[in-house]
Amino acid sequence: MSVTLIFLAVVAAIAGWWLSQQRMMSKPWLEVGHHHDPRPQGRHPIEPAKLGLGVFLAVVGALFTLFISAYFMRMASTDWWSTPMPKLLWVNTAVLATGSLLLHAAKVSAEHHRDDASRTALIAALAAGLAFLVGQVFAWRELTDAGYLLAGNPANSFFYMITGMHGLHIVGGLVALTRTILATRARPIDERATLSITLCATYWHFMLAVWLVLFGLFSGWASDFIDLCRQILT
Amino acid sequence: MVDIRSGTDGALEHAEVEDVELYHPHSWWTRYVFSQDAKIIAVQYASTAIAIGMVALVLSWLMRLQLGYPGAFAFIDAERYYQFITMHGMIMVIYLLTALFLGGFGNYLIPLMLGARDMVFPYANMLSYWIYLLAVLVLAASFFAPGGPTGAGWTLYPPQAVLSGTPGGKDWGILLMLSSLILFIIGFTMGGLNYVVTVLQGRARGMTLMRMPLTIWGIFTATVMALLAFPALFVACVMMMFDRVLGTSFFMPAIVEMGEQLQHGGGSPILFQHLFWFFGHPEVYIVALPAFGIVSDLISTHARKNIFGYRMMVWAIVIIGALSFVVWAHHMYVSGMNPYFGFFFATTTLIIAVPTALKVYNWVLTLWRGDIHLTLPMLFALAFIVTFVNGGLTGLFLGNVVVDVPLSDTMFVVAHFHMVMGVAPILVIFGAIYHWYPKVTGRMLNEAMGQLHFWITFVGAYLIFFPMHYLGLIGVPRRYYEMGETAFMPASAHTLNEFITIAALIVGAAQIVFLFNLVWCIRHGRDAGGNPWRATTLEWQTPETPPRHGNWKELPVVYRWAYDYSVPGAPEDFIPQNQPGPDNLTREAAT
Repeated sequence: MSVTLIFLAVVAAIAGWWLSQQRMMSKPWLEVGHHHDPRPQGRHPIEPAKLGLGVFLAVVGALFTLFISAYFMRMASTDWWSTPMPKLLWVNTAVLATGSLLLHAAKVSAEHHRDDASRTALIAALAAGLAFLVGQVFAWRELTDAGYLLAGNPANSFFYMITGMHGLHIVGGLVALTRTILATRARPIDERATLSITLCATYWHFMLAVWLVLFGLFSGWASDFIDLCRQILT
Repeated sequence: MVDIRSGTDGALEHAEVEDVELYHPHSWWTRYVFSQDAKIIAVQYASTAIAIGMVALVLSWLMRLQLGYPGAFAFIDAERYYQFITMHGMIMVIYLLTALFLGGFGNYLIPLMLGARDMVFPYANMLSYWIYLLAVLVLAASFFAPGGPTGAGWTLYPPQAVLSGTPGGKDWGILLMLSSLILFIIGFTMGGLNYVVTVLQGRARGMTLMRMPLTIWGIFTATVMALLAFPALFVACVMMMFDRVLGTSFFMPAIVEMGEQLQHGGGSPILFQHLFWFFGHPEVYIVALPAFGIVSDLISTHARKNIFGYRMMVWAIVIIGALSFVVWAHHMYVSGMNPYFGFFFATTTLIIAVPTALKVYNWVLTLWRGDIHLTLPMLFALAFIVTFVNGGLTGLFLGNVVVDVPLSDTMFVVAHFHMVMGVAPILVIFGAIYHWYPKVTGRMLNEAMGQLHFWITFVGAYLIFFPMHYLGLIGVPRRYYEMGETAFMPASAHTLNEFITIAALIVGAAQIVFLFNLVWCIRHGRDAGGNPWRATTLEWQTPETPPRHGNWKELPVVYRWAYDYSVPGAPEDFIPQNQPGPDNLTREAAT
């Protein structure tokens, strides 16, 4: 569970930093009136939707961290053979990263009011997302054809389960992206649409980061890294 | 500050407060059924939770009947008994307590107490309720599924949970349970995002974090914890589902079932325990923190005195929330883990007693020389303090490895957790319902029925659970269908079991009085007016009671904290949070 605890420590650090800005030391029973509100306009600089996505990503982060913790704990048993990684996963990684770049481009274009460029980038990103999913399915098939079945070995089980869970999150992202594309198709991209694009982009970057961690985990680099850390610590 | 324009009496002009767009329902269906109004969603959450909670109550009756009169009721066989235990536990902890505190009170109180019009994402809020309802229906469906509900115990420990020896293990029971939990977590996450972001972004002008009522602090912190802890249960459920349906071996060791070698092998049941309790322990505080918050507000309001040590109360809530993530393995002392590991968790467990005790002292010090009104909410709040102290003290016993090992899996544990996270939070729920029902319906609950309900519930709960500690100490195990003849159990233990059963039946029946009161008073209750308890918090200052859609005509502006009761020199013994009032009316000026 140490991976999970490290993740939670990061979340706690962010929460603690935020709380430290909130005048937790103040004595509200002595303060009447209005001049103590750190938000004199009664408003926050961050959009609620952005904050909501941030909190949601913390939950998704906790979810994947727990899967990773379970992976490491189960790994300790003797019946574990790691699953070989199909070469195709490198291509998939590149496709996912391309999607991320495209969404970033869409966001920047939208901010500079280059609506057509933004729309094109959004559709290209959608295509990249679909291509990633198809690629993942092909990677699964490659493994099953080679005899690495779901129940054959715990490493296989984890691989299929966690990549499946990641894929489901990508599907969710694609649904949001499709809605954004439909909403921006016929109308000029206003502030609201730009916000949607930004949210899609943030989500995509996050899922890319999760994928990179997972890829590192399945390829065995993560455990090499942890072994290295252990050696340094002892 | 420079950008604040104030009127002659120091009041702020409202012009700067930005209003929000509000969803407006167009038909009866979108107004009362598929409603996006947090107040309606709160009532929906609460009604569903209470309804399924009544099922769990009946299940506890059936269990008690078997324990008090073993074998007297032919339809309660061993299998059914385990199914009753499992469903009772799971329903009470998750589908009643968690849903009622966060989905019910959270939805109703967060926007109103913070001076918002609604939650920030009303649509997701509505979805949250409907997914919760679906989860409840899936769970309830398992009573009618082939093989009945799962009988794995509420902890669902593998490997037994998915084997044929356990009721529902190879049938539908465990699958429906896991699916229902997964749905619940998805639904809760939607609601939880709302509660957190509304607290962060939806507060009225002037409502700084340190001016929020403790109820909101409790619900807010519990929601953050739940958002981070429920994924552990989610992961555990998904992995167990894989083991059961797809034949993987995450948790399943090599096992011979009915003389047949199963295809599983090498899995780790302990891994499940870690995941489960990583959720399970924070869950205790997910239920307790809202109760702490609500009880603080009840005590302060009904003792007409400011809460003692508000700042410490806030810090204690946050610290308890953080610490509760590093104590989970104290549920696993007998799982064969490294003793040093146990020592670490015993230490963290005992440390958590410090902020918790601090809260208890502060409640007592709030009462000290207060103008205590023994209203129904106050009676329940006082009962909570006593019960929580009792349950908390036995928690210190069980938190120590050497004491826990002999007491593990005895009735002592059952008595402990029922006192601390069963009876105590339920007492707060009752108190809170008696307190806020006038705001929800505009009518008071009947006092006589309430008194009857209180005294039977409070005294009865002690008659049930105090003797159970004794049974545990002489070694009566929990989870046993029947004890039979044993050397260590005197005949009096059986008599005591019978006594507990009778008490449980009476306490359960008293809840019917409460439900009747709830329904009857919607029409026949005494008119409550806008602020019957003369309370300071914003929900009592709404222009209409019950508050209409959108809560306010003009968004309130907050000038003071939530506990200005009996301020010296003030014309009344409470000053609402949105009352500007001259600056010299503070405690500083008075001292």
